[in-house]
Amino acid sequence: MDINLMIEIAPLLVKAAWVTVDISARALVFGFFIASALVALRTSRIPPIRWLARSYISVVRGTPYFVQLLLVFYGGPAIGLRLDPFTCGVVVGAFNIGAYMSEAIRGAIESVESGQNEASRSLGFGRLETLQYIILPQAAGLMIRSVGVLAIILVKNSSLVSIISVIELTYQAQRLIGSTYKPLEVFTLSALMYIIIIYAVMGIVEFLYRRATRYTFL
Amino acid sequence: MTQTTDTPMVELKGVKKRFGDLEVLKGIDLRVDRGRIISIIGPSGSGKSTLLRSVNNLEVIDEGSILLDGMQVNRPDLKGLAYERHINHIRQNMGMVFQHFNLFPHLSTLENVTLAPRKLKGMNASGARELGMELLERVGLADKAQAYPSSLSGGQKQRVAIARALAMQPKVMLFDEATSALDPELVEEVNLVMKGLAEEHMTMLIVTHEMTFARDVSDWAMFMDGGVVVEANTPENLFSHPDQERTQHFLRKHLGAQA
Repeated sequence: MDINLMIEIAPLLVKAAWVTVDISARALVFGFFIASALVALRTSRIPPIRWLARSYISVVRGTPYFVQLLLVFYGGPAIGLRLDPFTCGVVVGAFNIGAYMSEAIRGAIESVESGQNEASRSLGFGRLETLQYIILPQAAGLMIRSVGVLAIILVKNSSLVSIISVIELTYQAQRLIGSTYKPLEVFTLSALMYIIIIYAVMGIVEFLYRRATRYTFL
Repeated sequence: MTQTTDTPMVELKGVKKRFGDLEVLKGIDLRVDRGRIISIIGPSGSGKSTLLRSVNNLEVIDEGSILLDGMQVNRPDLKGLAYERHINHIRQNMGMVFQHFNLFPHLSTLENVTLAPRKLKGMNASGARELGMELLERVGLADKAQAYPSSLSGGQKQRVAIARALAMQPKVMLFDEATSALDPELVEEVNLVMKGLAEEHMTMLIVTHEMTFARDVSDWAMFMDGGVVVEANTPENLFSHPDQERTQHFLRKHLGAQA
């Protein structure tokens, strides 16, 4: 292995890794809002709204992320939807992960004991207040780890946006191979960077999990 | 609306409730005057818990009416937000204690007690704290104010749950088998707190399996079976000289086991 080459190309890959982090973080944040909206829609009293939300989730889960990306980037302009590659990566990432995340959030909310809801309602709290003060603080602890797993999937999926030429970690690696002809060194280094990013995500998730469930250890 | 002292605190008239095809309450009438303590006993499935839960509308009744201090609790005429507002207001005047405590695990003991007065009555932090400490003192748990529910024993949890319900200064307290989930040695500490409330003339509706406690503490006792009130009398009469064969049979089984 050509260590000198690896040291030489490292700054370029670090820069590209930052794009990977950026695109994933933005998709995660927007995805969280989409997921929350989907959860609200799925509990709507109007059946067609519930049905729409469910269908959306089924379509996203039933198609590959890669196809979704290509569809929006290359198919979008035909219906007037023109996005630059980076924005397209964020938007498709957010809508994709949002569908999965809505299930994680819903599952967490549903697994808070029903007695909690009854106790809160019996004190005179309304539905929304119960959600705000009682259910969500407990559901947070239950959803953090599954949202964390989705964040990791999001980071890994972000390598696919290289196909629409966003200069993130995988795309940069391919470009470097074009000029160095050293796939082993370049891909090893980029794989290492993915590991670093993912371990950082896992660390943050564990930290947040401990914070949100502190009360069970006290 | 101010009520005269002879308005019953809780009144049920012809209350019926069905779960699907099963009628669990078959027309219950009950009058609880202020300061009175009523115990409801009966085998499981008799409808006694459903009856208690109907009083604060955790179960919505199908027929009849329920009044709290002259205010109609069940309001089939109200829908959506208007109903929400009505029922939240009603519930703020009733304290409910559950078999499984249902303390909020993410809040400290003190926060469990102060959450409702702070958020629902707009009480400020120091006022709520004072009230919370006073109530925890009353149930003998002032030293656990900062502890979280996970570190408390069952008996302590239930005492906190009682303090939490009292924090809204309810007109009536509803106890749904408050000691049934407790180890036998922890039952007494909860009973003592309930006896304390009785001495202060809190109006109470108690669903219980503790026959001795029911006899000692209540002014009136009801035996329910199969969704009807089989027999209601003073505790002395109901427990010592029950009229009905079903009551006699039930008490033989339960008092026999307790003696």
